[in-house]
Amino acid sequence: MQNIVLDDVIAAISTPVGAGGIGIVRMSGTGCIAIADKVFQSKSGKKLAEKSSHTVTYGIVVNPSNGEFVDEVLAVVMKAPNTYTKEDIVEINCHGGILVVRAILELLLQNGARLAEPGEFTKRGFLNGRIDLTQAEAVIDLIHSKTELGRKSAMKQLEGHLAKKVRALRQEVLDMIAGIEAAIDYPEHDVEEETRAVMLQKSEYLLKQINSLLRSADKGKIIQEGLQTVIVGKPNVGKSSLLNYFLQEERAIVTDIPGTTRDTVEEYINLDGIPIKLIDTAGIRDTSDVVEKMGVEKSKEYAQNADLILMMIDASRPLDAEDKEILDMIQQKRSIILLNKVDLDTKIKQQELLPYTENGTIISLSVKEEKGMEELVKKIKELFLGDENTLVGEEILGNTRHKTVLFHAKEAMERVIATIESGMPEDFISMDLQEANQLLGEITGDSVDEEIIDRIFTKFCLGK
Amino acid sequence: MTYIADTVDVVVVGGGHAGCEAALATARMGMSTMLFAISLDSIAMMPCNPSIGGSSKGHLVREIDALGGEMGKVIDKTYIQTKMLNTGKGPAVYSLRAQADKIQYQSKMKHTLEKQKNLRIKQAEVTELLIEDGKIIGVKTNSNAVYYCKAVVLCMGTYMKARCLFGETIIPSGPSNLMAANALSQNLLENGIRLFRFKTGTPARMNKNSLDFSKMKPQYGDEHIVPFSFEHTPEEIAREQVPCYLTYTNEKTHEIIRNNLHRSPLYAGVITGIGTRYCPSIEDKVVRFSDKERHQLFVEPEGENTDEVYIQGMSTSLPEDVQLEMYRTIPGLEHCEITRNAYAIEYDCIDATQLKLSLEFKTIRGLFSAGQFNGSSGYEEAAAQGLIGGINAAQYVRGEEPLILQRSDGYIGVLIDDLVTKGSKEPYRMMTSRAEYRLLLRQDNADQRLTPIGYRLGLIPEERYQKLLQKQEKIAEEIARVNAVIIKPTPQVQEFLESHNSTPIKSGVRLAELIKRPELNYDKLISLDAERPELSAEIREQVNIQIKYEGYIRQQLQQVEQFKKLEHKLLPEDISYEDIQGLRLEARQKLSAIRPVSIGHASRITGVSPADITVLLIYLEQQKGKKV
Repeated sequence: MQNIVLDDVIAAISTPVGAGGIGIVRMSGTGCIAIADKVFQSKSGKKLAEKSSHTVTYGIVVNPSNGEFVDEVLAVVMKAPNTYTKEDIVEINCHGGILVVRAILELLLQNGARLAEPGEFTKRGFLNGRIDLTQAEAVIDLIHSKTELGRKSAMKQLEGHLAKKVRALRQEVLDMIAGIEAAIDYPEHDVEEETRAVMLQKSEYLLKQINSLLRSADKGKIIQEGLQTVIVGKPNVGKSSLLNYFLQEERAIVTDIPGTTRDTVEEYINLDGIPIKLIDTAGIRDTSDVVEKMGVEKSKEYAQNADLILMMIDASRPLDAEDKEILDMIQQKRSIILLNKVDLDTKIKQQELLPYTENGTIISLSVKEEKGMEELVKKIKELFLGDENTLVGEEILGNTRHKTVLFHAKEAMERVIATIESGMPEDFISMDLQEANQLLGEITGDSVDEEIIDRIFTKFCLGK
Repeated sequence: MTYIADTVDVVVVGGGHAGCEAALATARMGMSTMLFAISLDSIAMMPCNPSIGGSSKGHLVREIDALGGEMGKVIDKTYIQTKMLNTGKGPAVYSLRAQADKIQYQSKMKHTLEKQKNLRIKQAEVTELLIEDGKIIGVKTNSNAVYYCKAVVLCMGTYMKARCLFGETIIPSGPSNLMAANALSQNLLENGIRLFRFKTGTPARMNKNSLDFSKMKPQYGDEHIVPFSFEHTPEEIAREQVPCYLTYTNEKTHEIIRNNLHRSPLYAGVITGIGTRYCPSIEDKVVRFSDKERHQLFVEPEGENTDEVYIQGMSTSLPEDVQLEMYRTIPGLEHCEITRNAYAIEYDCIDATQLKLSLEFKTIRGLFSAGQFNGSSGYEEAAAQGLIGGINAAQYVRGEEPLILQRSDGYIGVLIDDLVTKGSKEPYRMMTSRAEYRLLLRQDNADQRLTPIGYRLGLIPEERYQKLLQKQEKIAEEIARVNAVIIKPTPQVQEFLESHNSTPIKSGVRLAELIKRPELNYDKLISLDAERPELSAEIREQVNIQIKYEGYIRQQLQQVEQFKKLEHKLLPEDISYEDIQGLRLEARQKLSAIRPVSIGHASRITGVSPADITVLLIYLEQQKGKKV
């Protein structure tokens, strides 16, 4: 059966991606205020549900599952019926960075909202009598073309590897369901029933696979938005030179005076097909210059949120306390240590740095002489696309919708495992497996109708 | 010469499981009713397996009973073995199944029909439907008798142009050499009704004195029996039970089958009807599952006063000589004497998408159709449709709204919705996996779900309804009490928990919380529950299930709420899909053919996409705007 729901909570980013300094995530539907309250903490401690309609509340968004701070925001509550959709609406205004906006959207999706279809806010507005009748035909066209188009592009994105992978997972889920259901519908047939231990093992394997797909979703995000790569290091070690090397133009100001880059510089580069958002930070060091201090704080923050850190050290000077402090700071992050200026007299040996890097990714190079640069490019690619020459775009799960659906499939599989472990009867195991099946089917666009029954009868010999 | 024999409210054509329920329902709802059967000796006949119920079919029987139907009551009085299956697999899939004494079942049901006020039964073949201006006005029989009526329920089962086949032998008859109905098919076609040709089959019957049961494994019934009917107590229907026996085919059996496949009418291409995956013949099993070393067979008694037994698991259309040879390779069946050959049967049935959810034909007012003739399989599926067909024929005559059970109301709702919405390309069998909300549609709560409906229709007497209300009140009271009782971590409690392999409690917890633990239940916790009132097993079961699975139940209730929102968005009957801009061609065709009643109904039609549903929603909104 198709999952069509009329007034569940939908959510979407309502500002153009990457445009403007502010991002708005909008939700509509009965219960959206409650969902917002799960992730939003107002300064006053008051719940959004207690606010009157059409009010703005200042507060923060926090991930309820781990207490992690996401962003400072303004939450706008608008209650039905005087809204665009004639339903309750919550808008969360946050800082514009696409990562933050997306993080907030994903939080809402994980907490009960569903990603809106293209034009769905408008559609609701119409269905609830908000929009004038004369606009109806235009709305039909819009929705029809967009959903069809969206479906097609989603399919296109899914051709190949990923679709195969999701389908393969779904086949295994289906097999488990068919096993349980066949035994239920034919209790006296000698259907070989799987033991709990086998079911548990299979479920854990499936969960692992889904988790790994979810991780690849992060890769997909990288493909779409750029791998956030932050160059850190104390002042004047050659960070801006590296950026400039990639940009092939003097964009950041490069001087011999430490501390020239006072703010951060962001640039997009294309590294053999991998889009990279390269951020050159102010040198990190103790400073009394107020402006620069802000820059340093900012770099620390960037380093915390980066997908990859390029830690730069001047090899011509001995390793000092400042270097070590930065090394300590980045130890938990995915990083590459760059020993720059190896064209000069080298004062630091690679071995000295080994304790600071988990995977031993240390590259000696000279930006000025363009030495060791190829190795750096290779390393960056390896780190993000896996060791085998995984081709970009094949196994990448880029779409937020897919990611959300997969997230829910993951949750369903976690429930399956919990149910098996708690010793609940098979029927309950089947219930969540069926949900996982339905969700995985949504990703590939396969209809799950009748499929369970088909599978039962292809797999088992049943009937009087 | 044609003569006018009588005028009644409702005519029921056929006296099988659908026909019996249909006729009893209309008569009980006050309609003067006439039931025709080709042979009155075949009323309520079980031409195939001698059992009623089983997974999901047991649910249907309990729902039939909850609505005021008869099947559950009759099997309770005529069973010879009964079993609750799947008890370890969760309350939603508990399945009651009984072995029937076929002859007693038939005569008990026939006698019930004979005694029923407003109902007459008559041996005759209906050969023609009388239709005027798209409305049924009567039927004509093979003796040229015309019976005028306001509504007709077609329940012809597998008799329409039926023929039975095994090997080269083709018998132009209905099941078990009973006369086929050969005239009506043509008349239906002339009235614009599309027919399918389906196929099913049945195994051989044997004389049990020729079998060696020492080589088979006996299968006994339950000690603690559960009646099908909510009106019966276990004590009332207790009796001595008879065993069934289990044995297996082997490589030798399969070899004989493979060597003779060319003599099977199915494989030789003689049979054109579409068979069902749900009841494959032994040759199908051997061909499709060639790596399986053996297939199981159950030897089931056909009744108390007969020595015939039914060989479940081995239906075939192979020729007589091959049948004997193959059956005789089976342990315990080496010297078997076949009393009735196995055969395949082909018959005409309708494309059920021509029906409304009320089971009335979309194009002919007052004409209803139910049972195997709608493309289903199984006695229980037939009876369920018969009951609904009868109820709605009566409602039609009364000028009242038809009874349409939703998918969230019962298996009957799922069954009918599937049949008329998706249509069936093979005989349709009910299965628990077809029910989306099966945790709510349990066999144990069928009365709570459906008896109030039966009562409103006039099928459930006042006394039974009052009893239900009392039962529900007691359940609610006890649940409230159990939710309020606090169990403290006393040594006695901890010891009890330990002895049940349950984690000790740190502080006081509600009794309900302990019931929720998988290793515990309501009954087990009696020793910790000093204030517990004395309650019947039935009520204790309800309390236990409703507390234990509360979270899951709530989850499904929420899904049902969403589901209902779509079901309540009704599509106007006169809607013209051709004129709706934005629908895809396939959707337009399917919607025009099925004519769904609601948005939810439309969404279940294969070939209608979510985008099409959006277009329909917008269309509905536009229409609303125009009316204002």
